[in-house]
Amino acid sequence: MNRRWNLPLWLGFVFVLGGVFSYEYLLQFPITRDFPWLNFLLIGTGLALLAIGLFRAFGNPRLYRGKIAGSILAVISVCFVAFFSYVIFYVLRQVPASAQAPRMGEKAPAFTLPDQNGRQIALADLLSPNGAVLIFYRGHW
Amino acid sequence: MKVVAISVDPVETNHLHAQRMHYTFPVLSDAGAATIRRYDLLHPHAGPNQEDISRPAEFYVDQNGVVRWVNLTDNIAVRARPEQALTAIDSARHGGIWP
Repeated sequence: MNRRWNLPLWLGFVFVLGGVFSYEYLLQFPITRDFPWLNFLLIGTGLALLAIGLFRAFGNPRLYRGKIAGSILAVISVCFVAFFSYVIFYVLRQVPASAQAPRMGEKAPAFTLPDQNGRQIALADLLSPNGAVLIFYRGHW
Repeated sequence: MKVVAISVDPVETNHLHAQRMHYTFPVLSDAGAATIRRYDLLHPHAGPNQEDISRPAEFYVDQNGVVRWVNLTDNIAVRARPEQALTAIDSARHGGIWP
């Protein structure tokens, strides 16, 4: 038997993996950071290619290979996409309500904390002459 | 206007991080999360090893210690952009509603 390689299957798999694993890299660019549209574009292209590949493999098995490999690649891809979507649409949005956080017009609670050189810095030290921007981070750098 | 970062990371971690990133602004260590708690920003068990950490949040506090701008994101991947913060702070300072 001399069946043809079913290229879209493998190409689709590579696109799906690329779409998922480029997330951290693409986070650094403002244009792709807030919503990972480029990741979903890559993933969508990959899934479409996989579908074409599977359609060929099952529709024309005498001509194309990939019934078994294609099914395995498709299942793995779907798992990756499901996990990725779960993180993007659910995990990242699990933020506490912070209902008691200081609001506009309220006094900011005072604090004194050590900076990166161990020097104690109080909120009051930061306010003159033009106030301060406090940026709270998740940390663990 | 001064800018400070605050997280639960210890001073040593902040020292290395600030050095690596060439930060010239203070990076404050709230290791026990006391200040983070006082600001109601605690995100329990959200650290890599289930530690309590801060949720992302940005405040502008004016020279009198009054909060003039708050940004509490509902998605930890989406933070205030510098230009967004500056625009908001500008309008808070010169918007006419404040003395």
